[in-house]
Amino acid sequence: MLHLILFFIFAAVCIAGAVNLLAQSHPINSALSLIVVMGSLAVLYLLLGAEFVAAIQIIIYAGAVMVLFIFVIMLLNAGIEEHSGKSYVAWFIGIPSVTVLVGLAVYSLVLYQENSDPAIGPEPILGSVQAIAHLLFGKFLLPFEVTSVLILIAIMGAVVLARRGES
Amino acid sequence: MVPLAYYLGLSTILFCLGVLGFLIKRNIITIFICIELMLNAVNLSFVAFSAYLKNLNAQVFVFFVMVVAAAEAAVGLAIIIAVFRTRETLNVDRVNLLKL
Repeated sequence: MLHLILFFIFAAVCIAGAVNLLAQSHPINSALSLIVVMGSLAVLYLLLGAEFVAAIQIIIYAGAVMVLFIFVIMLLNAGIEEHSGKSYVAWFIGIPSVTVLVGLAVYSLVLYQENSDPAIGPEPILGSVQAIAHLLFGKFLLPFEVTSVLILIAIMGAVVLARRGES
Repeated sequence: MVPLAYYLGLSTILFCLGVLGFLIKRNIITIFICIELMLNAVNLSFVAFSAYLKNLNAQVFVFFVMVVAAAEAAVGLAIIIAVFRTRETLNVDRVNLLKL
């Protein structure tokens, strides 16, 4: 019961943050709304027993990535977004396709709900750091090393791209 | 307790809001933020399936998604800075040429 109440509270916070993200016209407000969404998602991960994912959600996403976003917003002095009214395609094709997407998703969820749907109960902690580490450094060792190369390339790419044009 | 479908529904709602924002927003940074929102929605469904199927592989995948998202944010924001330097605007409608 407590799980359900907590789920509804934080799901509501999550959706409110996401709607606010779309409603705000200044990018800094959108970025701060996204931090709210990420924080409440971290609580939902804890409810699901994913300790490690909740921790890195806060540390990497809400910490590192969003700080990067906010720094760029401040660096570029981004103001209120202006609508030039030239993007008809987004409105006339985009909105109907989003509606279709929502309809399909709701349909498949309802279809799924009619079949067997055992609930997620409170379970022993599943995603502890130890368990994840065993997987990450055992079965997924090669992908892990490849991501380190990816990160290295991303760092070099960011430095090269953001550098002032050489004289 | 909480049925799996609730988590999937929340994930769907967040993903669709992300797609909507991606389409209607004109500021390039806000568009980027909406992409992050979509990645988060997918992560939520990964973790929900992981808990429901009692399989930890999905949580390792969430880790990889986060790594890719961080790399993408770093490179994307660098590109945004480079675009801003040449065009002095963040409006995607004004950025309609690959070359100046």
